[in-house]
Order: sequence, then C-alpha cells, then structure tokens
Amino acid sequence: MEFNHYILVCGGTGCESSKADDIYRNLLKECEAQGVKDSVQVVKTGCFGFCEQGPIVKILPEESFYVQVKPDDARELIAEHIVKGRQVERLLYDQEKTRRLTGIEDIQFYQKQLRVVLRNCGVINPENIDEYIAREGYAALEKAIFEMTPDEVVEELKTSGLRGRGGAGFPTWMKWKFTKQVQEEEKYIVCNADEGDPGAYMDRSTLEGDPHNVLEAMAIAGHTVGAKQGYIYIRAEYPLAINRLNKAIEQALDYGLLGENILGSDFSFNIELRLGAGAFVCGEETALLASVEGERGMPRPRPPFPAVKGLWNKPTVINNVETWANIPVILLRGANWFSNIGTDKSKGTKVFALTGKINNSGLVEVPMGTPLRDIINDIGGGIKDGKAFKAVQTGGPSGGVITSEFLDTPIDYEHLQELGSIMGSGGMIVMDEDDCMVDVAKFYLGFTVDESCGKCAPCRVGGRKLLNILERISKGQGSRQDLQKLKDIGEAMKRAALCGLGQTAPNPILSTMKYFEDEYLEHIDEQYCRAGKCKELVTYTINPENCIGCGICARRCPVNAISGEKRQPHEIDQALCIKCGECYNACKFDAVIVK
Amino acid sequence: MAKLSLEELRKLRDEKRYELDKRETENKDTEIIVGMGTCGIAAGAKEAMQAFIEELNDQGLSNVAVKQTGCMGLCYSEPTVEVHLPGMPDIIYGDVDPETAKKIVRKHIMGKTLVNDHIYDRPAADIVKKD
Repeated sequence: MEFNHYILVCGGTGCESSKADDIYRNLLKECEAQGVKDSVQVVKTGCFGFCEQGPIVKILPEESFYVQVKPDDARELIAEHIVKGRQVERLLYDQEKTRRLTGIEDIQFYQKQLRVVLRNCGVINPENIDEYIAREGYAALEKAIFEMTPDEVVEELKTSGLRGRGGAGFPTWMKWKFTKQVQEEEKYIVCNADEGDPGAYMDRSTLEGDPHNVLEAMAIAGHTVGAKQGYIYIRAEYPLAINRLNKAIEQALDYGLLGENILGSDFSFNIELRLGAGAFVCGEETALLASVEGERGMPRPRPPFPAVKGLWNKPTVINNVETWANIPVILLRGANWFSNIGTDKSKGTKVFALTGKINNSGLVEVPMGTPLRDIINDIGGGIKDGKAFKAVQTGGPSGGVITSEFLDTPIDYEHLQELGSIMGSGGMIVMDEDDCMVDVAKFYLGFTVDESCGKCAPCRVGGRKLLNILERISKGQGSRQDLQKLKDIGEAMKRAALCGLGQTAPNPILSTMKYFEDEYLEHIDEQYCRAGKCKELVTYTINPENCIGCGICARRCPVNAISGEKRQPHEIDQALCIKCGECYNACKFDAVIVK
Repeated sequence: MAKLSLEELRKLRDEKRYELDKRETENKDTEIIVGMGTCGIAAGAKEAMQAFIEELNDQGLSNVAVKQTGCMGLCYSEPTVEVHLPGMPDIIYGDVDPETAKKIVRKHIMGKTLVNDHIYDRPAADIVKKD
C-alpha cells in the first residue's frame, strides 16, 4: 500500500528533550490504533531550526507545521488531520498571536533563511542512509573518485571561496593543498566537532540531522589529499550526535561507501570517532590533535601547521563540522553556484545558533552578508517581552559585542573583525537592557579562565588578572586606572598567548569597554549598575507609598528578609537580603525599588 | 547488504529518490484534493484517495500532491475531488469512485482532457480563493 501522509517529527536535541521521542512513539501507536498505519509514514528527522516553538511536527503533503506538540496530542493529530482531513488549528504556529499559519513559507522565521548546510535537516531521517542517498547523497564522492582529479577538486574549492567555519575563516582549499603537496605515506583527515562556546549548537545539530554529509565530505578529502584514515573529534556530552554518527558509519561501511575499495575503486577510507571530555581548549586544532593522540589537550606553537605536521606528526587536514558540511554540495552544484551566494570575500551561508533575549531562539542559516537587523528582527522576531535591544555577542567567549548602531552591518568575516568581534563558530547571544556589560564580560572571562589549559603565562596569569579586576569593578571597588590595566593586559594577551583561546579571551572585555565605557565608569565612579545585575551595587527597598501590604514579596523571599503587618507597608532587612530579585519580580504594584 | 558498485549506488539513488519525491512538496505543481468530511468518507472518499495514490504510483507521476480537505458542502455528490493542474481550469469532480479516480489520473492529469461525465462544476469563488 502506498503512503498518503508523511509525518515528520523533529528529532533534534531540543525537541527530544521536550519529549519528541514520546510524540513519535505515540503517533506510531495511534496510527496502528486508528487503522491508518499502512498509509502513513512517521519519520524522525533532524532539527527544523525553530527550537523556540518545539517540539515540531510537520505533516505532508498538506505541509501543516504544528508547534509545541505534546505526546497527548498524537491522538488528535491522527484522528483529525489524517483520518478526517482537518487541520488541528490550535497546534498551528501562531505568528504575532493573530493568525494561525499553516505552511513553512508563511512563517517569518524561515523567510530570510537559505539552507545549504542544513538542506537535509528536518527533511530526511538521519538514521537512514537511503534517504540521504535519495537526496544526491554520496554523489559528490562518486564525482570526486571517478570524474575529477584531486587537483580539480582543490581548484573547485578555491573557486568556491569556501573559508573555515570554525572561526578564523582560513581558506579551506589552501589547507587541502598544503597537505596534498607533502609526499608522505600516511596522512590524516580530522573533523573538529568539539563545539564548546556557551550557547552554540550548530555543529551538534548538523551532525544530528545529517551525519552522512560530514562523512562523505571527509572521504572526499581523503581521496583528494591521499589519506586513508579520518577521525571525528566530538565531545562526549553530545550523545545523540555520537549515536547517529556511529549508525551512519556502520551503514556507510555496509554499503561500501566507507572501508576498503570504495565503490569498487582502489580508494579506501575509514572514519573513527574520538570522544573529548569537554575541554574548551580542545577546540583549538593543535590541542585537539594532541587529545586524539592520547596526550593532554594542550596547544602547541604553529608553525608547523597541522596541514604539514599534524596528527602523529603526519600531514593532516582538519576542518570544522560546518566547513565539511559545505563540501559535497559545492562539488555537486559547482563552485560558481556557491560563490554567487554571500559577499565579496565571504562566500556561501553561515549557520547561527540564535539565543538569549530573543523571541525565536533557534538554528538559523543565512547567506553571508545578511544584516544583523534581519537576523534579529525578522528571523528572531525581536527582543523578548518588548524590551530594548542592547547588544549581540558573536563568536562566544572569543568574540565581542555588536551594538544597535551597527545593526545594519552585513555579517561576514571582515566586517565582524572591524567591529572588534569575530564570526566564531556561530553562536549569537542577544542581550537586552537588563544585561550589564561588565557582568557579561566577567561571565565570558570567567569561562575562558576556567578553560585555560595553563601552558602559557599570558593566558594563565593574564586571564586571572583580568578577571580579578573585573570582579573588583563589579563590586564598586574599581578605579579609573583599572580600565587602562584591562586594556594593557588584554592587548598583551592578544599578542603573546600561544593559541586562539588566550589570544581572543580579552575580546569580550575590550569590545564592551569600547562600546559601553559609560557603564564601566558608572560602576567605578558612582558604584551604580544600571541593569541591576551586579549584586554588590544594588539595594532593594520598598516604597511605602506604593506598597499595599499584600505580602506576596514576603512569601517569595527565600531568606525571610521581608516583614510587615498585613495591609501595611513592608520592609526589607538589608542585613539579610541576598539580592536575588524575587520580590521585585513578584510585586504587582511597582513597590519594590532597585537602586 | 553487499558492498555497492558505482552502478548499484546510482540505481539505488534513483529508486530512493523516487520514493522520497513522493514525500516532498516543493516540486509538485499539481494537486488533487479529496473531500474527506464524514459524508465523503461514508461515500467512499478513502477508497478514492487510495486509488489516486496507487494510480499515480503505477503511472510513475511524482509531481502530483494528493491532499485531503474537509467537507466542501456538496454532500450529495460525494466523494468530491478538486484538481488543480497548471494550464487547465480548476475542476471539481463529483461521485468519484476508485474507477473514476483512475480515469481522472489518466485522462485529466496525463491526457489533459476533462472527464466530462463527472464534472460537478468549477469551484465557486467562496470555496477556492483565487490569487
């Protein structure tokens, strides 16, 4: 019997943690119970990207896009949509709370996106190699082995203009060419899947939603540079991605698309996983290679670059997940097609993990050169709760802030660098008026100080010193000289640190100081934090004029610091107050004052 | 599964592509919409829908989407089916049994001629919104 309906259930980590797996199983159960199991195919796919509205269920051919589905909704979806042909209105996406929308093309979140890397995410079942093959899967490998010479493949990458998506934006073809040129029996291919920025999940979703894409790309590189062995270095905290990669490798071996004599040719290639223990520094390529070798994950000086002396001192091509995911489609659709997307020096698309104080958190892929404003307002749907936009942090702890005056800057490698930030791997954290920039800088620096491996003094000592100064400032004990010290130490670290972690660690401080110097000065001169985030500088008091004595704040206070008679103004005991802000959030009469 | 040769991979891709195309909606320019209200189901809309899908499959047509909708209000001539085909007027057919369904695929969709004895009417303006 032929299928007349297809139900796609999102199987990304976000939706899985909101019970997408239960939804999937309930849908199967309901199909059976309501007698339609032979005519409905239920598929678990990769991430749809619209994580804010998850779990997502899409039903074809009507293209109904159901959001925030619960396991108990399965019965109604089958009974109404499948059996009776009526859409379940209450589960359709409600844009701007005005009208329920059916299709993906009506949803603003998707309108300015272009899915190249994520083209299969949310479309195919990542655990089924046949569905990948049906979407031109492994056709690029075919082409690389049988129709193109290795030089032509490198040339194609050069024409495409593809640059590394891990952060620094080094041209991919050059890495491949350097490794290819070295005469050496053993060479290696490595995929950097050690995604560690706070708030970033692009690589994770790519691997979970389309693992074969990365495997195919690595095999193409193996054939091009003359390597037989590939490693994917992935953090152990990504169990779903690891699981799907293992399944994908097994299926590819079974079909002979990995292993000995691929497709009957004399090319052999194997891929193994190496699990990382979650050290941020292992995202740095030389530290990553040390970790794969079984050494402690510490960077080493470059040159020599991994392309010449990498894993076990052999020439090694190491690229980031997203870079790999671009390769097959470039070979298939051509370098010219690819280089038509994007800006002059930054070609193709970029995947961002949009998070923070934004209405539509999610996984977003846009052409390079898209203005930040489009991403935040149109795709992201603006700032949560109608608050004012303050800044967006790109590049995670290695990047900097971009403020509202630069919202129209096209996003590409060069422009971000000019603004004192970096592209990074693609984390994008949106901040609003309630975020204190000193606190933000302190957060990121705390992260890099924790994650510093300690090998070189500029990072080990410099980072700690910077953090001490920031802590002083956030307690209102800073001096104006501290600002100069922050700059001096920061600049020194940028020049002297051994690897990218230390070199970029001062970026969040330097960029927040550049754009929000007044906030730093307020902390120093007036002991005032306008966002009310720096606890030492904030006092909570109750305005007796507004307080009606309802007692809600007193009940919420976790340390019983609020007292007062019923219907009489209450008081906060400053000696007990821990400045958690619960009373402020609880009060309905604006009687709690933060100063 | 034995290891694939190049030819086998290509053959497998063609087969699987055909299967996956049925799921995809982007490349579909033609729509068959089956009225699946209680009246339609009672009159045999499900059998008609299955007949459409099977016939499209037999004829190797993967550019046609078979969708379902609620009652169109023409309960006395159920099962009712609406066909949108580029270059042809939008048509509503009434009393579509599995035999007629097959005829609609062969004559209307493939042959671009209407199945005259089952035409109900053109859809009224309040049923189908025209752009």
